[in-house]
Amino acid sequence: MGNVLVYVENSETGVAPIAFELLGAARRLAAGLGGEVEALVAAGATAELAPALGAADVILRMEHPALSPYLPEAHVAALTEAIRSRDPQVVLVGNTSAGIDVAAGAAAATQRPLVAYCTGLAVDGEAVVAHSQVYGGKLVATTRTEGPGVFTVVAGAFPGAEGQSGGKAAEATLAAPATLGSLHTRFIAATAPSGGIDIGRADRLVSVGRGIGGPENLELAQELAAALGAELGASRPVVDSGWLPKARQVGKSGMTVKPKLYVAVGISGAPEHLEGMREAELILAVNSDANAPIFEVAHFGSTCDLFDLLPALTERLQAS
Amino acid sequence: MHIAVVVKQVPDLVEELEVDAAGTGLDRAWVKMKLNEFDDHALEQAVLLKEAGGAQVSVVALDGEGIDQVLYAAVARGADRALKVDAGTQEPLDSRRAATALAGAIRDLGPDLVLTGVQAADDLFGQMAPFLAAELGWPHVSVVSQVEVAGAAVRVQQEYAGGRMATLEVDLPAVIGVQAAPQPPRYVPVSRLRQAMASGALETATAGAGAGTGGAAVTQLAKPEAGRGAEMLTGSPDQVAEKIEALLRERGLLRG
Amino acid sequence: MSKVEPGRVREDEHLIVEGMDISGHWNRMFEQRVLWSHDTGPLEKLTAITGAESLAYCYQCGKCTSACPVDSVGSYSPRKIFRKVQTGTDLLTNPDLWLCTTCANCLRVCPKEVNMISIMPALREVAVTEANVPPELQKAFENTFQHGNPLGEPARKRADWVAEAGAPATILPRERRPVDVLFYVECYWSYHPRGRDAARAFARVMEKLGVDWGILGPEEKCSCDSQRLAGERGLFEMLAEQNIRTLAKYEFSRMVTSDPHAYNALRNEYPKLGAEYPIQHYTQFLAPLMGQLPWKRRLDYKVTFHDPCYLGRHNGEYDAPREMIRQIPGLQFTEMFRCKANGYCCGGGGGGMWLDSFTGNHVTERLSERRVREAVETGAEMLVVCCPYEVSRFEDAVKSTGNEGRLLVRDVIELVDEALR
Ligand SMILES: Cc1cc2nc3c(=O)[nH]c(=O)nc-3n(C[C@H](O)[C@H](O)[C@H](O)COP(=O)(O)OP(=O)(O)OC[C@H]3O[C@@H](n4cnc5c(N)ncnc54)[C@H](O)[C@@H]3O)c2cc1C
Ligand code: SF4
Ligand code: SF4
Repeated sequence: MGNVLVYVENSETGVAPIAFELLGAARRLAAGLGGEVEALVAAGATAELAPALGAADVILRMEHPALSPYLPEAHVAALTEAIRSRDPQVVLVGNTSAGIDVAAGAAAATQRPLVAYCTGLAVDGEAVVAHSQVYGGKLVATTRTEGPGVFTVVAGAFPGAEGQSGGKAAEATLAAPATLGSLHTRFIAATAPSGGIDIGRADRLVSVGRGIGGPENLELAQELAAALGAELGASRPVVDSGWLPKARQVGKSGMTVKPKLYVAVGISGAPEHLEGMREAELILAVNSDANAPIFEVAHFGSTCDLFDLLPALTERLQAS
Repeated sequence: MHIAVVVKQVPDLVEELEVDAAGTGLDRAWVKMKLNEFDDHALEQAVLLKEAGGAQVSVVALDGEGIDQVLYAAVARGADRALKVDAGTQEPLDSRRAATALAGAIRDLGPDLVLTGVQAADDLFGQMAPFLAAELGWPHVSVVSQVEVAGAAVRVQQEYAGGRMATLEVDLPAVIGVQAAPQPPRYVPVSRLRQAMASGALETATAGAGAGTGGAAVTQLAKPEAGRGAEMLTGSPDQVAEKIEALLRERGLLRG
Repeated sequence: MSKVEPGRVREDEHLIVEGMDISGHWNRMFEQRVLWSHDTGPLEKLTAITGAESLAYCYQCGKCTSACPVDSVGSYSPRKIFRKVQTGTDLLTNPDLWLCTTCANCLRVCPKEVNMISIMPALREVAVTEANVPPELQKAFENTFQHGNPLGEPARKRADWVAEAGAPATILPRERRPVDVLFYVECYWSYHPRGRDAARAFARVMEKLGVDWGILGPEEKCSCDSQRLAGERGLFEMLAEQNIRTLAKYEFSRMVTSDPHAYNALRNEYPKLGAEYPIQHYTQFLAPLMGQLPWKRRLDYKVTFHDPCYLGRHNGEYDAPREMIRQIPGLQFTEMFRCKANGYCCGGGGGGMWLDSFTGNHVTERLSERRVREAVETGAEMLVVCCPYEVSRFEDAVKSTGNEGRLLVRDVIELVDEALR
């Protein structure tokens, strides 16, 4: 008892980054509970995935053709099987698409409570205390789970570094459940991200406003966006002037976006603009006017001249 | 084809949310409720399927304050039937309890496909779609952005991080957690809503026992610590850039 | 026979009428024009819609084209719409359906009383019922339905502006008592930052005048006139019924509002629903009281003034705001070329306020931008307005036309307040 089981999300590109964040969190929890960290890696073939999971104490390998590519039904069965046979106290799953499928399905099948949207996890005596973002991040719920439980963890809540280190873990093979032979879900095809931009789907956005001065300066923002892996957005004047296409406009008469990161560059923060982006998880504003209303909704701000700050920031991000 | 769409209301996040005196729940006196936006998309997806190939659409919701208007709006939007399930309380249930409470009524309704929103602002204890699927013993896919009928199955697009997507085929009956309909929910003209309300065609059913899952309990609900307004990063452009980098690193937002 | 292009012009080589020889070019006539070869179905379909009948009256004289503000930045006017419909355009799915601001300048000049103020809402209502609404407008409708204001702000915060006014305002639901003046604040003065500036100025002026006044606070909802004109009649009726019920709870002897659109609704539309109010626009209320104000300073500004369509053309009030400007010490006033009954439209009426980007894609420049250029041409350094839509529209246009630093936009109440400080 007192073990922590991590569900390792994976795809043809390897182990998903969230898995390392979970492993890092699991290490700390296991220390508090006096247990071990077990990592369940379920896939068609696990040999290439397992070596990355050295931060765990035990790697549980489950192989079956139905487990790759990802099928929700198959992975619910896999995690359910692992929970039944290993009986961990804590199960950690990423709050990703797959996580939503898998965590609730397995929690229901094993009659365990589920706590979602966790951004903090700690052990208190025998119990696990979790902090979860609810109501669109407007409130934080603290829960206390006595006994076994399943927790879905928000991406980015824990550093991935701790989960990437570690030595050689013991390995064990778990038999795939028989139900994998008679699934009601089939994989048809992988779909590449669509060609047309949809800034509403981007999880990072760098948006430029009139402060950028002219189309000739857009490159500065483009480079920053590239360094961040972000899409480019804009306030309306930038779109109206034809510097960027309409599909990139954020605000009342453009798109409403809720990215994880929104960098507003040279945007004053008119209510019509704020309407479209105030729900972003982290808002960073660069505006030389300390009184610009954008700073009221931003979480962090700088009054540096954007023409100085952008190149400096881009350079730093490229170097890191 | 018979599609059931499960909907619920959530607190409107435009409003400021206040915590109750016990410090563990919302102060409901102040909360304004609205249809969960993902449920809205699920409904739109159902109506699109109905338009594309003919289907009967039933909306289903647990009884609660203001739910009548939500159900009538769904009828105005194109649902054929609206079913209000009485769980013996006006208090909102968490998704897991709600799923157990609704499962019986849905089984009686006998749909081929259940659509519901992928998540809701208040589903701290997990999401409706997978719980409902578990209750019904049906296959399930969440975070879906398109549903098409393919014989005795549906083809769905599931979205993953980084814009990756896959097309999956799921045998019916099945439960789908809808992230977005292929087009934004259509407008319901108020005149049509009023017509639907005047028709008064709500059906009612009684809920099964909403079995809970003991073990996890809310001990506190609070506003996040950060104050209002931005925390200003000061210094030379290089120093500010350094601070920003540290900040992004801390939050795992650096390009990975 | 005909020497000229057959089929277009006819000309008889030999023709004697009543003994007069009018052979050759003397009898040249146009053939029946292509007009008759079109299917009249689409036009008949539209003019059969209640409220849209007068579209059929148009005899293509073209007077409206020079009056229509949208034509000055594109190709528009009742004449052109009639012609398009006649030649087969389905207006119900055409962008033209949404460009008219219901400014009423065409109606002023039309000899046939083709009434776009009635035609457009009627046709748009059909489009809305078919769920064919531009997304920006849809959002405004949804916000109004959900929150009681098109901005999507919480109803609870409707009276928050009062806190920083530096002058009292009685919020009637909290402090129930009869008042002399019930002030209908409306949405933009309640929520828009620049509107709130004006609302606060208004509160300070009311205090100086010693008026006994109150507001409905969180119970007030959008008067909904522009939503009605944009085609959401059901929404208008719903909110009007709610507002009428709310107003019935309170005792007041007269009503004043910030917004020409609310003024229009309360003066002309709510009575059709059985509720009559002694309503004035705030300029009408204040103009006669200007002499009582204890002026503290001269405002040496060169100003010009923009007539709101719904105060001026729709309700015939051109003098009250001008009287206020005249009495504020120091102001030097110049009219713009287009003013009063021929005033140019800011583009915000009839739903235009919530179609800004949509419209922007179908015109060469926004009406507000054109108007700002006209204001600058007068040599004025300040554009004075008295409609809550206009401050944000014109301030935006000042920036986008590159006139920042050259032209300020102020509500007339802000100037009164400034001269009292
Ligand atoms: C009906 C309506 C609908 C609208 N819809 C939208 C919409 O959908 N989206 C939208 O964005 N707007 C919309 N607007 C326009 C909106 O009101 C604002 O005009 C617009 O958002 C302003 O854009 P901006 O912040 O880029 O420009 P500005 O307000 O001009 O701000 C530029 C900012 O850049 C800063 N700056 C300048 N130079 C520098 C520098 N070197 N370094 C750092 N900072 C600098 C300045 O301090 C200033 O704050 C709408 C307006 C109306 C009336
Ligand atoms: S009402 Fe105004 S905008 Fe509409 S057609 Fe007439 S003149 Fe043009
Ligand atoms: S002024 Fe009247 S009659 Fe003349 S073209 Fe315009 S709408 Fe037709």
